[in-house]
Amino acid sequence: MTATSLEAPPSKRFSLGGLLKTRELGIVLALTLLVAYTAIDNSRFLSGQSIRDNLLNTAILAVMATGQAIVVITRNIDLSVGSVLGISAFAVATLMSNNQDLPMIVALLAGLAIGAVAGLVNGVLVRYGKVPALVVTLGTLYIYRGITYSWAGGSQVNADELPRHFLTFANDSILGVPWLVLIALVVIAAGSVMMRNYRIGRELYAIGSSPPAAELAGIKVARNLLTAFVLSGALAGLAGVLYAARFGTVDAAAGNGMELNVVAAVVVGGVAVFGGSGSVWGAALGALLLTVIGSALAVLDINQFWQQAIVGALIILAICADRLVAVRIARSLRKRDAHV
Amino acid sequence: MSDIDLDQRPANNRSAVLKSRLTSWDSIILVLTVLVLIIASFTVDNFGTSRNFTFMVLDLLPIILIALPMTMIIVTGEIDLSVASTLGLTSSMMGWLWNQGLSIESIIPLCIVIGAICGVVNGFLITGLGLPSLAVTIGTLALYRGLAFVVLGDGAVADFPWNYTGWVTGTIGDGAVPNVLILIVVLALIFGIVQHATPFGRSLYAIGANAQAAHFSGIRVARTKFWLYVASGAVAGLVGVLWTLRYSSARADNGAGLELAVVAAVLLGGVSIFGGKGSLPGVLGGVVLLTALQNALRLEDVSGQALNIVTGSLLVLSVLLPNVTSAVRGNWHRRKLRQASATSAQ
Repeated sequence: MTATSLEAPPSKRFSLGGLLKTRELGIVLALTLLVAYTAIDNSRFLSGQSIRDNLLNTAILAVMATGQAIVVITRNIDLSVGSVLGISAFAVATLMSNNQDLPMIVALLAGLAIGAVAGLVNGVLVRYGKVPALVVTLGTLYIYRGITYSWAGGSQVNADELPRHFLTFANDSILGVPWLVLIALVVIAAGSVMMRNYRIGRELYAIGSSPPAAELAGIKVARNLLTAFVLSGALAGLAGVLYAARFGTVDAAAGNGMELNVVAAVVVGGVAVFGGSGSVWGAALGALLLTVIGSALAVLDINQFWQQAIVGALIILAICADRLVAVRIARSLRKRDAHV
Repeated sequence: MSDIDLDQRPANNRSAVLKSRLTSWDSIILVLTVLVLIIASFTVDNFGTSRNFTFMVLDLLPIILIALPMTMIIVTGEIDLSVASTLGLTSSMMGWLWNQGLSIESIIPLCIVIGAICGVVNGFLITGLGLPSLAVTIGTLALYRGLAFVVLGDGAVADFPWNYTGWVTGTIGDGAVPNVLILIVVLALIFGIVQHATPFGRSLYAIGANAQAAHFSGIRVARTKFWLYVASGAVAGLVGVLWTLRYSSARADNGAGLELAVVAAVLLGGVSIFGGKGSLPGVLGGVVLLTALQNALRLEDVSGQALNIVTGSLLVLSVLLPNVTSAVRGNWHRRKLRQASATSAQ
């Protein structure tokens, strides 16, 4: 009896890992096909400028998707990210326009801090208030947006009020890679390594697979959940700074409705909404796929209005694929149990 | 053994307290609503006028109608985030069909059918394939809104017949009662009776409390949920028609973002997101409260966007307060039990 229960987890982890690899391979395949088809139609799609634009457009979404993936893996959701982006973008833009000499790193840290506080509020309400994440973050979606609106009123921060080094940050590059993309890559890599190789990451997966089992196994659920929400908030705050730097003009509506794009990227990227499976880099690939679809439609001269419908169809396709994988895992596990 | 007993008693007690707290949240909301209405009509200029009443009812219309089936869906433990996009798609289709030269009398039922078909797709994906409703309806949220743009682009169709657009914004006999209020009352009565006075309605609570137990006690869980999504789609289609007629403008982005307002109103009304708990009167109170507050603040020249803070806080408090009070009571109860066992041991 003890022998079987000791043997079961490694074999499950192995098959899960194998199947998940194919799951993310699916996104890569879809991405490759899309890029190849578009490039054959119009070779300029693979030009340096086009690739650069696509990556720049993906960066902000991918940073938010990284945080969202971590939260969704724990079987929670963070709907407030669009509003956190808004409040951070407006706060940092105001800060920079009032203090022209502040270095860029201060702006980045300020955004991270604002987001982390917003995420901490979410986490505390979810864990200690015992309020479901969907309700808390739907509530704070309204609250954070409302705070930004009452602060900003109808005003906005224009590009000419912002210091030059802040605005050029978005387009400056190091070794040919724009800062924006570099930051996104660092965030994705750090998130992936954390979730894959570090104790906290594995514990977050365990919580998502079964919260009561994780608690019984001695995992500090409260602390880990707080970390997940703080990370998601902080990354949304960071995305706010990147948003302000890239677009220059910031009003209280910045990032409005973005939460659905972020959740879409995460779901398309193979993170199951029931938690416990998926990966950060899969979510980032999801963000890239959604962005490339948009630009590919423009290049292929297909009506831009199809974009959202295609995204919707992709989300449903992705969930169906996850369901298929889950059914197959369950069947193979049952078969294995039968042999034992 | 005794450890388990001690742990279980407060848990039972907690759920009982939670239940009574949740039912009382309904009454808190209703009292709050009446208070806001009374205070606003005395302190806010023009709030109590019949003209403002008509505007308020028109503002109320989309949220309250979509909230009726949404309440049932959330009671069963599911969710439908695609309603606002269904609204947009029917609005687009209405404009397109009107441009094709169909008569408005045939367009309106057609649009409701289109809404119902959107619901059928949701229902099939969720109950037929067993996919999670949150993810599915986020998908169809994007899909239906996208199709709305495919149908109509970013243009608008505005030349709907005056007698229809006038009916939606008009009042009965040019008095104080808006025409659409009849529609709201009739639909609310139907949904209220079905939810609170029929076996079908009771089965929704059983499904929300424990779908598996409901299945074993003979309730057709999948079929019930399926029809709820069809009803939700059909009502969203109807609201799409009314929205288009009210603003006399069929646009693809009509009603964008409304889904979150509806879910917020339903949860504010005391319905549990986990299913199994909540009542329609509480939800109706929640919708009226939000709309009345918004209306009063707008008349006082307060930005409607700042009101978001109130909406969000109420939403979080509606779940937080019962939990906090029950936790406090649970602690108190446990301490009392411990004292009792200590004295009996002596």
